[in-house]
Parts: sequence; C-alpha cells; structure tokens
Amino acid sequence: MVVELGHYALILAMLLAAAQAFFGLLGPALSRDRWMAAAPSAACGQFVFTALAVGVLIHAFIGNDFSVRYVADNSNSALPLFYRVTALWGAHEGSILLWIFVLSLWTMAVVARLRYLPTEFGARVLGVLGILSFGFLLFTLATSSPFSRLFPTPADGASLNPLLQDPAFAVHPPVLYTGYVGFSVSFAFACAAMIEGRRDQLWARWMRPWTVMAWAFLACGIALGSWWAYYELGWGGYWSWDPVENVSFMPWLVGTALLHSLIVTEKRGLFKSWTLLLALATFSLSLLGTFIVRAGLLISVHSFAADPTRGIFILAFLVIVVGGALTLYALRAPRMQSNAGFDLISRESFLLFNNILLVIAAAVVLAGTLAPDIAGALHLGTLSVGAPYFAPSFMVPVLPLLALLAVGIHARWKRGGLSHAKRVILTTLLCGLVIGLPLSLAVYGHPMPLAPVGAVLGIWIVLSSLVDPIDRIRRRLTLSASLVGMTVAHIGLGIFVLGITFVSSNSIERDVAMKPGQVAMVGDYAFRYEGVRDVSGPNFTAVRGTVTVTRHGQLITVLHPEKRRFYVQGTVQTTAAIAPGLHRDLLASLGDNVGAGAWSLRLQYRPLIRLVWIGGVIMALGGMLAVFGRRQRGPATVPDAIPIGAARRTPA
Amino acid sequence: MNQPIEGAPTPPQEAGTGSSRWRFVLPLGLFAALLIVLFVGLVHSPEKNIIPSPLVGKAAPQFSIPNLVSGGEPVSNAALRGHWSLVNVWGSWCATCRDEHQTLLMIKQQGAVPIIGIDWNDTPANASNWLQQLGNPYQQVGEDPNGRVAIDWGVYAAPESFLINPQGVIVYKEVGEITPEIWREQFLSRIDAAGGASPPPATGG
Amino acid sequence: MHSPRPSQLRALASAALLIGLLWVGRALAVDATPPLPTAQLQQRYLALTHELRCMQCQDESLADSEVDLAGQMRGEVHDLLLRGMTDQQVKDYLVSRYGEFILFKPPMNWRNAWLWGAPVLLMLIGLLVGWRIVVGRRRLVDEDPDEPLDDTVDEHWQS
Repeated sequence: MVVELGHYALILAMLLAAAQAFFGLLGPALSRDRWMAAAPSAACGQFVFTALAVGVLIHAFIGNDFSVRYVADNSNSALPLFYRVTALWGAHEGSILLWIFVLSLWTMAVVARLRYLPTEFGARVLGVLGILSFGFLLFTLATSSPFSRLFPTPADGASLNPLLQDPAFAVHPPVLYTGYVGFSVSFAFACAAMIEGRRDQLWARWMRPWTVMAWAFLACGIALGSWWAYYELGWGGYWSWDPVENVSFMPWLVGTALLHSLIVTEKRGLFKSWTLLLALATFSLSLLGTFIVRAGLLISVHSFAADPTRGIFILAFLVIVVGGALTLYALRAPRMQSNAGFDLISRESFLLFNNILLVIAAAVVLAGTLAPDIAGALHLGTLSVGAPYFAPSFMVPVLPLLALLAVGIHARWKRGGLSHAKRVILTTLLCGLVIGLPLSLAVYGHPMPLAPVGAVLGIWIVLSSLVDPIDRIRRRLTLSASLVGMTVAHIGLGIFVLGITFVSSNSIERDVAMKPGQVAMVGDYAFRYEGVRDVSGPNFTAVRGTVTVTRHGQLITVLHPEKRRFYVQGTVQTTAAIAPGLHRDLLASLGDNVGAGAWSLRLQYRPLIRLVWIGGVIMALGGMLAVFGRRQRGPATVPDAIPIGAARRTPA
Repeated sequence: MNQPIEGAPTPPQEAGTGSSRWRFVLPLGLFAALLIVLFVGLVHSPEKNIIPSPLVGKAAPQFSIPNLVSGGEPVSNAALRGHWSLVNVWGSWCATCRDEHQTLLMIKQQGAVPIIGIDWNDTPANASNWLQQLGNPYQQVGEDPNGRVAIDWGVYAAPESFLINPQGVIVYKEVGEITPEIWREQFLSRIDAAGGASPPPATGG
Repeated sequence: MHSPRPSQLRALASAALLIGLLWVGRALAVDATPPLPTAQLQQRYLALTHELRCMQCQDESLADSEVDLAGQMRGEVHDLLLRGMTDQQVKDYLVSRYGEFILFKPPMNWRNAWLWGAPVLLMLIGLLVGWRIVVGRRRLVDEDPDEPLDDTVDEHWQS
C-alpha cells in the first residue's frame, strides 16, 4: 500500500513540474505576476513529492519489501542495512529516481536564491528546470518505475552486486549526479538569457557560482569513482577510458571551459554567445551520458542493463531539449554579440585558447567513445577503441593547455600583455625544471618519454599559481574569494598532473606464484608471502592471505588480500590489500591456488598515486572556496532585460 | 547611438566568409549529425554482443583433436570433406547448449547435415554423461580441453556453430543458440542456395 | 591480411602503446601463464595482453580479465611469442580469427584515419579559429583603446 503512495507521489511531482514549467515560462511571457509567483511554489511542491517517493523506496528497502520488483532485484535480507539503503541507486530505475531527486534539490537551491535575480529571469530559469523535471518524471513513470510490483513475492531478493557493496558506492553516485545535474542550472540560466535576448552580461555573473558548484561536485564525483575503482577492482588502475567514465569526463572538460569563458563574459562582455553555447553543451553532454549508459549503446563494465525502448525515449528527450535549446541559440545568439577587443597577448586570448583546447580534448574523447557507432554509421566496419587510443590522443591538446596555464595566468586583460611577467615566467619555469627533472630522472628514475615533461609542467603550474597571491599578500592587499579559489584549484591541477605523471611512468607490477615464506622484490620493497586461511563475513566466505612487506630490513606493513565468495549470487570477488601512503601505495592481490601450497599473487608499487585524487579534490575545494567566499550582494537592483533592438553601445 | 551594433567580424568555422549568421546554426547541424550516430548505435545495439566473424568465406581451420570416444579416430577436417557439415562448439557446463540440444537432435534426425561437435573446456567424463542424459546429435565429438582449437575458430562463447560447405569453406557462423527458425532461415537457406545437400556417407560416431 | 607498415609508424605505435599502457597503469590479472624466457619477450607479452580485448568481458583487456577464455588466449599469445612471431604477427593472427574488435588500439590504417587524425585535425581547426578571432579582436582594440573596463566585478580582476 505504501509502495503505491510512492507511485502517486511521482505522478503528482510530474504534474507539479509541468505547472512549474508552465507558470515559469508563460508568466513572464504574458507579464502575469501571479503566474510568475506560482512557479517557485510549484517547484517546492515537486520537491516535496519527489522526496516522498524517494522516502517510500528507502522504506521498502529497509523493510525488505520484496514485493517491489526493484527491491527484489537489488537487495537481500542478508545485506547489511547500510547497503540496503544505498542499493537505491544500484540499478537503472533507482538511479533515475536519484537523478530526479538531485534535480529537485538544485531547483530548491535556485528557489532559495531567487530573490537575487530579476523576477522574470528567475521565473524563466525555474520554467526551464521544470521542463527537465517533467521529462525525466515522465520517462520514469512510462518506462522505469521503481515501484512496479512483483507477483508472486519472492522470499528473498537477488542482492546487490558485490562490487557495489562498498562505502564509496554510497557516496560516488550521489556526488557524481550532483555535478552532472547541477549543470542543468547553467543550462536553465542560458536558456532564460536567450529567451529574454539580454544584451548585457549580467546573466554571466549570476550563472557563474552555480556552474562552479556543479563543476566542483562533478570533479569530486569523478575522483571518487576513480578511487573506488582503484581499491575495489584491485588492479591498480584508476582510469581506463571506459565509455561510462568518458561520459562523465566530457561534461567536466566542457564545464571547465564554461567556467573560464564565464569569467571573460562577466568581466568584458566578450564571448557571450560562445559561453551560452558551452552552457548548453555541458548539460547536453550530461544528458548524452545518461542516454549512452542506459540504451545499450556501449560495451562497458559499468553500463546498466540495455533497453532500447528507454534509449528511444531518452533520445527523443534529447532531441526536444537540446534541439530546442540549440534552435533558440541559432535565433537569439546572433543579437547578443559584443564588440570589445583584446590584444594577442592578453588574458582574454589565453582564456580563448584554454577554451579551444578543452573543447578539442572533449571532442577527442567523444570521438573515441562513439567511434564504434560512428564507424557503423559510415559503414567503416567494426571498430574497438580503448586506452591505447585515448591516452596519446588526449595529450595532444592537453599538454599545450597545461603550458598555457602556467604562462597565461600572469596575463593582464585587454592590452595588458605579459611584459611585466617575463621574469616571473622564466623563474617559475626554471624552478619547475630544477625540481621536476631531477625528481623524474634521478629520484624515481627510468622515466617514460613524457614523464619529465609532466613533472615539470605540474610543478610549474603550482608555482605560477602562487605568484600573484603571494605578491598581493606581500603588498598587504586583500585576496578575494575568487582569487583564492582560482589559486587553490590550479594548485590542485598541478598536483593532479604530478600524480598522473609519476604513477604512469614509475609503477612496478609483478605476477608471481609463491609458496609460504618466499619473497618477491618489487622495486625496493620485499613482499613475503606467509600463507592463507579461511574467514567469513556477513554475506560471504573468503580466503585470506597474509603478505609482509619490508624495505631495507624494516617492516613496512602487513597486507591481507582476500578472495570472497558471496552466498547469494555465488560470485567470486578479489579484494586487493592496499597499504596507502602519500608518496606510494603498495598492493597485493590473490590470484589462484596453483597447487602444492602455492598461490599466484599480484604485487604492485604505485608512486604518488594518491596525488591523483588529492589533486582532484583540491580542485573541487578551490571551486567551493570561490563560490562560498563571496561577499553577499543585496537583492538584484539591476535593470530587467533590455529587449532586442534597443540601443546599447558599450558591452557593459 | 540608436543602432543595435552587429557583432564584431566573427570568423567562420571554415575558410571563406559570407554571412556569419550560419555559424550559429552550426551547433544544430553538429547535433543532428550526433543524433544520427546515436540512432544508428541504438538500432544496432541488440547486435552489440555479436561480433561478425572474419572466418566466414575462408577455409575451415585445420584441426585434429582426440575423439570423445576413447580409442576412436581423431576428429579432424577429414570429417568435413565432400558434404555440408555443421560444426558445433559446446560444453556440458553451458546452459544455452542445453536449450539448443533439441534443435540439434532434430537436425540429426533430418539426416541431411552431419554435426561435428567440439567439446570446449570440458572433461570427457562430463561430456559423455551429458550426451548420455540428453541424447547425442553428433556424428563425431572431439575434445578441446584447453581451448586452443576454439581460439583457432575464433570462438569466444558457447554455443557457436559453423556451416561448412562440401569444399571445406565456412559459409556462416551463428553465435548463440540455434533455434529451428534460425536453422531454416540462416542455414538451410544457404544450403539450398548452393544447390542442396546430399546425405553424407554413414560413419561411425 | 598483412599490410606493409612503415617503420616510423610502428615506432610511433609502440611509443604510443607504451605511453597508453603506462598511462592506464593497469596491472596484469593474476596470470597463471608461465613467464617468458627473456625480459624483452615478457615485456612484449605484457604490452600485447594489455592491448587485446577479452572477448567475453565488457571492455576488459586480456591482461585484466579473470575469465578462463582470457587465460587461454594469454596462453596463446605466450606460445605465439615463443614461436618467434612479431607483435604485429601476433595481432594479425588473432584479428584473422576474431576480427578487429579484439584490438583496443584501432589499427592505424586509412579506414581509421578519421579517428587517429582527429586530434591533430581538431588542433589545426582550433588554432585557425582562435587566430582569426584574435586578429579580429585585436583590430577592435586598436580602434577603441580607451573603452573602459567593467568595474562592477570582483576587485581581483583589476590586475
């Protein structure tokens, strides 16, 4: 009975989303104040009922209500409570519900800040968000309701995929979705600006904090996913250019371009139509991602069960939403151009090329991800694309991008140029070389060809980012939140680059069959295999190995890799033992019992791998600092949109 | 002062100027192209798991493997010569092979095309038990316990079946279960198109 | 199926492969295949098994996959290397049986030129577009050097 409540709640949420869209878009169009005021109310109602639906589903999971098909497919009475709740997003229906819920949360955030926007603009933003909510709710009710019942009710459920029974899984999808879905707010702002045909660039200022927040969450989500894959799958890999990974990476790349482009638009009114296009593109890539992983288009360890019906629906949704927005763009953007100028060596110029390179990087990833389908469409045979394509191709635009960052961060606006910064640039580069080259060549040694480049770039970026803040502190000037955020984010990027460089270049992996007491050397570390014994957990039995690691005679750690067999699903899962450290990780995994008391083991040494995730999180932190450190501004006292055709000479 | 100012000279995406208006339509055009790719992908998605075999149209790989029946002649390409044959890769561990078994028995009963079985990643004991329980549709069964012959045939899942013509060339490969419909539409149709099958000489199996 | 291959392309391919291999930093699935006699052969074995797809798994390489088929195919690669085949011959051997789908690295031929050429082509287009924008904007700033900057944004930007 309660379960049906969830179903009705979704229906009501959908109707309220429709109302939100209706009032939000038609209110301003027909200049009806009451309608405009109704939009936030409808949005709140939609949130309440969506939350109710989520609550009902959680209740069904906690209560082991296996008459609900989704619960029966993804949960089990032996499953620990924590995972019974996180199983909510363990498969397609629940994850779409999560999408919708996160969208309603972002909508609530917009409602909370509505008073800082002009009334009509705010209503339009809510209207666009309402269309998105409506579409997803319709999709859920039509094809993927999590509340459908199962008769006869099974005694117990199929349980959650063991790979998902993990604390990181509790956090990764919600954080990732918060990022993905957050770009819908940028999308809505862009649509509202285009609908109004605004010739000013105030919308850029309003849009930026939302964009940065979504970007920061997405960065965290991706970093979490990478970290989780690393310790969950136990192969020492943290990124495999898997299609589903790529699909979350592309919006982030374009989102990075967007937040940089917004800066130029906000400051100088330039690149307005480009920024709008990026805002549309970022969210479109989020939608594309949603489509791809659910429509059976991809071959991936990550993909949901394929269902072409759902694929058609989402494709139709894409056509309407993205096609509609791009049509709006084609109609309105030409009128929103600016006529400001800038010099070849200027901040604008660097940010322009930053954008170009980021978009190229995203395009390369898109090409590789869709390559099998593109080849199919052009009758070029079957194609298969993996890391050997992505890694080198991705570096083509990204290496120049990193170098541009280290130089361009000093550039002044308009005609400012870099002449004042020549010495600084050379000094920071020199320091980068002095620290990076020995680190790569001597300390770690035997680098791969591009490793010294990566090391130098990483350090150069960190140092370049620190120059301006340190200078301002010395001159006793204040540091704005934006500056602090930007500095922290760039430093995070530099750290990230360092991590990737060294872990790619200097990791050591060994596969050995060992008897108890035997020692295998991995670099400087001696891994001694002690033996295995049987253990059991709440819903599995396991074989647990013991490996003692020493270095130059000193005990470093004891590792306990496991091989688990889960009762319900009968699947076997290898759990790697990891000894984490800031400067290196050590891993051991069990393979197979090769007989005669010996087991095959995989032993790894991964230098500086933690920097990859730490760098990512610091980037996100920088974004958060930039947003939350801002001084509160009063309610919008700006003039409402100036209609197309009126006179505006300056871009401001 | 009252003229709306048109945008600055905006560079078109490709060489050649002309109205810069159309560069705003370009995103829509690119999106349309993307949709086509996605649609094609969606249409083909049910086939995503089925990889076309490069062996179709080529001579069947040379192989010679021990007979399941101990003491029997090794199973090799000799069994395929001079008549149409069906080579079926299976295993006693394979659930879908069980489903397919009825169809294979039917094919045996029709008598036109002999079936040569390759028992993949299996033990003779399990295979023999299985055939005893469910019936033996095979004229001969060979053992491939370490999978090397299967790799030679480009096998990556069970069951897989190959239609071989009298000249020893692979004419068609089916990945997955053969149903009576598939047998008619994919296999028999090809045999008929090439002139029909004559019953093979009877052999021990 | 053997296409002649210029040595530069091969070197580039090997370098790219190695970079790609190490970029991913993937370890071997614990491999029961006995190691090869020389370090060089073992290295080639590692490289190849990372570059070949496990046909039964979703998007995993032969090196990473734990299924039986992957183990058998790794054994095949092992034997082929022992027989003295070059990397390309090993790949061709498997491609002739399984199709190009088995390669994670799309072959560098004219059919795939659009894919491999995409980064460079996009870079050229991007640089061209960027250049033209900069030229246009530079002309504007020359025409109106005194146009005031926007003061209403964060103080930071006034540097």
